[in-house]
This record gives sequence, structure tokens and C-alpha cells, in this order.
Amino acid sequence: MPNMSLTKVPMPEQDPNVRNKNFEEVALGYTKEMAMEEATRCINCKNKPCMSGCPVCVRIPEFIAKVAAGEFEEAYKIITSTNGLPAVCGRVCPQENQCEGKCVRGIKGEPVSIGRLERFVADYHMAHSNDDAVKPESNGIKVAVVGAGPAGLTCAGDLAKLGYEVTIFEAFHKAGGVLVYGIPEFRLPKAIVQKEVENLEALGVKVETDMVIGRVLSIDEIMEMGFKAVFIGSGAGLPSFMGIEGEALVGVYSANEYLTRANLMKAYLDDYDTPIIKSKNVAVVGGGNVAMDAARTALRLGAENVYIVYRRGMEELPARGEEVHHAIEEGIIFKTLNNPVKLIGDEDGRVCKMECVEMELGEPDASGRRRPMVIEGSNFQLDVDTVIMSLGTSPNPLIRTTTEGLEANKWGCLVVNEDTLETTRDNVYAGGDAVTGAATVILAMGAGKQAAASIHERLSK
Amino acid sequence: MYKILRRKQLNDTVVRLDVEAPFIAKKAKAGQFIILRIDERGERMPLTIADTNAEEGSVSIIFQIVGQTTMLLSQMKEGDFLLDFVGPLGAATEFGDIKKACVIGGGVGNAIAYPSAKALFNMGVDVDVIAGFRSKDIVILEDEYKEVCNRLFITTDDGTYGEKGFVTNKLQDLIDAGNNYDLVIAIGPIPMMKFVSKVTEPYNIKTLVSLNPIMIDGTGMCGGCRVTVGGEIKFACVDGPDFDGHQVDYDELMKRNSTYREFEAHDRENCRMYKAADEMGGAK
Repeated sequence: MPNMSLTKVPMPEQDPNVRNKNFEEVALGYTKEMAMEEATRCINCKNKPCMSGCPVCVRIPEFIAKVAAGEFEEAYKIITSTNGLPAVCGRVCPQENQCEGKCVRGIKGEPVSIGRLERFVADYHMAHSNDDAVKPESNGIKVAVVGAGPAGLTCAGDLAKLGYEVTIFEAFHKAGGVLVYGIPEFRLPKAIVQKEVENLEALGVKVETDMVIGRVLSIDEIMEMGFKAVFIGSGAGLPSFMGIEGEALVGVYSANEYLTRANLMKAYLDDYDTPIIKSKNVAVVGGGNVAMDAARTALRLGAENVYIVYRRGMEELPARGEEVHHAIEEGIIFKTLNNPVKLIGDEDGRVCKMECVEMELGEPDASGRRRPMVIEGSNFQLDVDTVIMSLGTSPNPLIRTTTEGLEANKWGCLVVNEDTLETTRDNVYAGGDAVTGAATVILAMGAGKQAAASIHERLSK
Repeated sequence: MYKILRRKQLNDTVVRLDVEAPFIAKKAKAGQFIILRIDERGERMPLTIADTNAEEGSVSIIFQIVGQTTMLLSQMKEGDFLLDFVGPLGAATEFGDIKKACVIGGGVGNAIAYPSAKALFNMGVDVDVIAGFRSKDIVILEDEYKEVCNRLFITTDDGTYGEKGFVTNKLQDLIDAGNNYDLVIAIGPIPMMKFVSKVTEPYNIKTLVSLNPIMIDGTGMCGGCRVTVGGEIKFACVDGPDFDGHQVDYDELMKRNSTYREFEAHDRENCRMYKAADEMGGAK
């Protein structure tokens, strides 16, 4: 008889007033007992709509049945047969729009907590298993992957399992992409990402860091080195600015820079050499997950007041509901229906005020969202010493401008065949944010999987 | 890991390191730079490529000791390894089709000016070099320059070596003497590049400067190095580091470079090298 409780088994969390001063993980994860209890809420329905919501098709009811039975290693095998990064996905996927959004238990009450269960299984395995992944027998065919973010890691893992000799070229000094430079420690501990990368290396994947493709090697030179196919998973890392007066003042960051300093360079730790501004009053402009991450990071670095400045309303925030909820609990101040028009500096060129206007929402625009309109004469000034622009990112032009015949659309996203993910260059594939523009970790992983399947089909003919 | 093949002390505070990095050595062109990280706790620091040797697979960097990272770097010995060494980054200098050029270096900026002089000279351009220093004891690269230019003029602010005065005085003299330069390249402290650009502006001489803003990744993903050129925002790490000297907002760049001044001062006094020495019972 399934557990008919309408609500999820709650997950323990650090107290908001404790956690907003440290960088340790906020959500503490299920215990064995909690996981087994939550697992019994799955009714193992016939149609498995949850699976259609998962971009990498994890066999969800099957793994949950194993959790309910206490067979956690079995559950891990089922998940990892299609998902190479379960500890990551269980933490950062927007499950409410994916697997959990389709769960039949969600029609009346809360859906089964698929993400928390996936996370539990992955963490349990990491804590208890000593079996290293076994390197499959090589088929002798070399494939290159450009970018060690979620798309590249997934593509590399799938190809390695099929016997390919895979080399990942990564521009930064650490593999992981946004998982290491973007998403903060308090949402995704870096040790977990490191472990997932080590799992790949155990499968025989080589990770070459400090390799900026487009500068040190071109795509053509990679092909000349004997790689039979290339997968480009270089992401969308180019930050946007607003183009308003004062954006070059000292104290104005892109979210990418602020988070890279904090996360990748560990500027929050005293014994690391990279500096970051110690702020009092911080305004983060934007309403997505990256904006929430930047705001919550600023708070942990000791800021007294942290504002989210967003031109639409609370209902329209693109960030995950859970992240907004966490931000509010921690004391982030939401100034929605506000938009900056100018940044004002002091005589040393440091930002000291942000001039904003109030907004109201008009008729829906072409994208279906209600268009924000300025309320004339509503200008006001906010005291700030740090401004973090979190307005979205687009693909970096470095690879497409140095590779002949590689076509991109007007937003700079690489053009691919939707079925195979092959680009306009023979045997060069692409996926993730480099193709879609900034999207989610799991969609990038889905693309990495799809490209690996296409590459295998082509090369094994 | 990247091995240090040779170390040479050029003056009291300037050091040259030749680093084993064959991929970079093969690809690098004048005007490009690398980013290095000494160890796991280190910051990412940009340095211009001063020279390359493709056969040996080595890349030379020349730096002045100004803070914690350069201090730690200066302590490294032949056979030691740098954890990270990334490049070549930035766009190569576009010299254009020219006949006569003047390359101007200020202080340690001469390390960056040198590869430009060398590239131009090897293209068959008539190259004058003006190398400016505060004083005699910090003069560097004199012999190297002589190999790659038609005329070398050394100036010192205090007149202890070469001609007394600033590089701008010498440039003005050369222009007044009828030297028709198609291109002036100025690399050094921000005020020096600003004033060289002021000298050349009335004569409409194309002037390139190499900017040195604060950088993190060096690949265009953060915008920390943004500069205003001709009223537009540019990322120095991908659009530069060379820009039209007559279009750059130098005052803004100087202010942005002071962002972490307090942190850096604190760092100089509390360099972890000293700390380690303290912990071992050593003296400062």
C-alpha cells in the first residue's frame, strides 16, 4: 500500500540565520529513513510521465522502487545507466518544470521528491562505495570534446563507456564549467563536482586544462591531430551589460566575474590570493538563478543590505521557486518592478548610488510575458557600493570566429542539425548553451548524450 | 604543470622566466599574453609574452615585483613548476602596411614593447625605439633591442643614463626633426601611454597602446577587463589588449585598476611567503 501523504518528506536545512554567514551547503539531504519513506510515495504508475520530463530519461520509478526496498546501490546503477552526474542533477535541476512537474502525485498534493531521492542515492554511493569505474576496452577511435561543462562531461562519459579515446579540452584550470565557477558551494559543493570528474577519468577520459580552443589550437588543428570527431560544448559565458551610464565604475561587476572570483578562485577564503570587494550595500540586477546565487554570495561575504533589482514582479522572476524562497529566508531584499537607469560614482570613480525607475506591467509581449513599462517621474536613488549585473549571457565568439564554415545564428548560437547535433562542419558536433544560449544544466547534459549517440552512430558505421 | 627552464634577474625588481609551453610557443604572436597561476591558492595573473622559442618550446615572461603574486613568482627557481600557464590570449597586434615606426617602452613596459619592435623589424620596417626608464639602475633589454631596431634611444628621468627626460620629449624631438612615422606603439604606465597619444594626435600618427586592466579569466567570460574605447565598452582580453591610443579613456582605466588597492597593500605586508617564514621561526 503506497504512502498517500500529500506532502514531501521535508529535507533538513541549515538555519537561515546561520547559513547566510557561511558557504556550507544549505540543504543537508535525506537520511536513509527519510529517503525510504519518501520513496514509498511513488505509486509506480503505468505511464511514467516523470520520465518524459527528464531530458536524460532516468528510469525514475525503477530506481525509486529500489530506494523503497533499501537497495541503494541497485538504484545508483539504474540512475547512472543514463545519467553521469546524479549528485549534481539532484541538486540543481529545476525539477518542478521537469520530472516532478509531470508526476501524477502532483495533481493532488506535492509530487514525489525525485530530485532529493536522486541526490540521496548519489551521495550514498559516494560515501559508501569503493568500486572504481572500470575503463572499457578501447576501440582506438579518438574523439575531442571542447569544454568541460555539463554537456562536455556527459558527452565524454557516454563515449568513453562505448570504448572511444576521449580528450576534453578545457580553457579554465578546473573542469566543471558553470558547476565550478558559477553555482556556489552552498548549492553545489565543489568536492562533488571533483568526484564526478574523477569518475570520468577512471573511465579513461583525459582532461586537458588551460587549453583555450580558438587560441592555442583551432578546431581544424584538433582534427589534424587524429581526432575523428569533435563535440563543442563551450557554453554561453559572455556576459551582457545594460549599456547605461556608469557601468565602468569601480564596484560594478558582471555576475560571471563576481561568482568566478568567489567560487572558482575562492576569494571568500582568507588564504587564497584572489581579492573581492568587501561590500556594505549590494544591488544585483536581474531575476534569474544566477542573480540569486550572486546575491546570496554577497550576503555571505558580509554585506549588510543585498537587493535584487528586477524590472518585472515577484510572479515573473525566472529563478527557481526554491532559490527565491531561500533568498528571502536569508534576508535578501527584493526590489521588483524597479529598473536601473544610471549608476553614479564618487570622486574616486567608485559606484555610490544607483538611480532606478519604478515599473508597471502592461499587455503581454511577443514572448507572452507582460511588458514592463516605466512609470514616468518615479526616479529614485539607492545607496550602493557594489552593483552586480546578472542580465544573462551569450555564447563566446572565440571558436566560431576562428573556425571556417562553422555557422552561427544572429545570437551567436551554433547552428546544428536538430536530430544529430552536427554543426555545419562535417564531424563537428555541438550542444548545450553553445547551441541554445543560456539554459539549464540538465538540458546541456541531454544534448551531450544526444551528440554522443550521433557520433557513435556515424563512427561505428 | 609548466616547467621553468631559465631564470634571469634583469634588475633589482625585474625578472625574466623562460617557461616550457610548446603549444603556446608555436602559436604566439606579438601583442598576445598568457595567464598564469603559481599554485592551488594562487590568483590568475596576466603577463605579456616577451619572446618565444618554438624549437625549444619555450615562452618568456618578464615581470616587475609589485605585489604578492609577482613576489612569489620572483622566488621561483629553474626546474620549479607553475601550476597553470594559459595562452596565447588576446588578439595579435595588427601593424598594417607601414614603412617607418617608432616603438616606445616605459619601464617594465619595454618587455612588452620588445616583441613588437622585433616583429616590425623582421617585417622590414624602419624601426626607431625609445626606451624610457626612471634611472640607470633599472635599464633592461638594451642589448636585445639593439638587434631588432634601426636606432635605439634610451632616456632616463634623472639623466643618469642615455638622454635626460621623458620618452615624450624624445618623441617630440624626433617628429620635429622630420621623422615621418606611419605608426607609433606605446607600452608602459598608463600616464605615459596617455601622454604619448597626446603628442601624436595633432600629427594624425596612428598610435597603438597595450592596455593592462585587471583580468581574471582572460577569455572574455567576465568583463572584469572592460575598457572604454571610442565611447564603447571593449573587453581588453579578447578585443585587445592593443587599442587606438587616441580613443582610450585612460582616466577610467586608472580608476578601475585601483579597485583592490587596499587589498593589495595588505597583501604586500602580509605576503604568504613571509607568513610561512614566520611560522618556521624565520625573520621578516
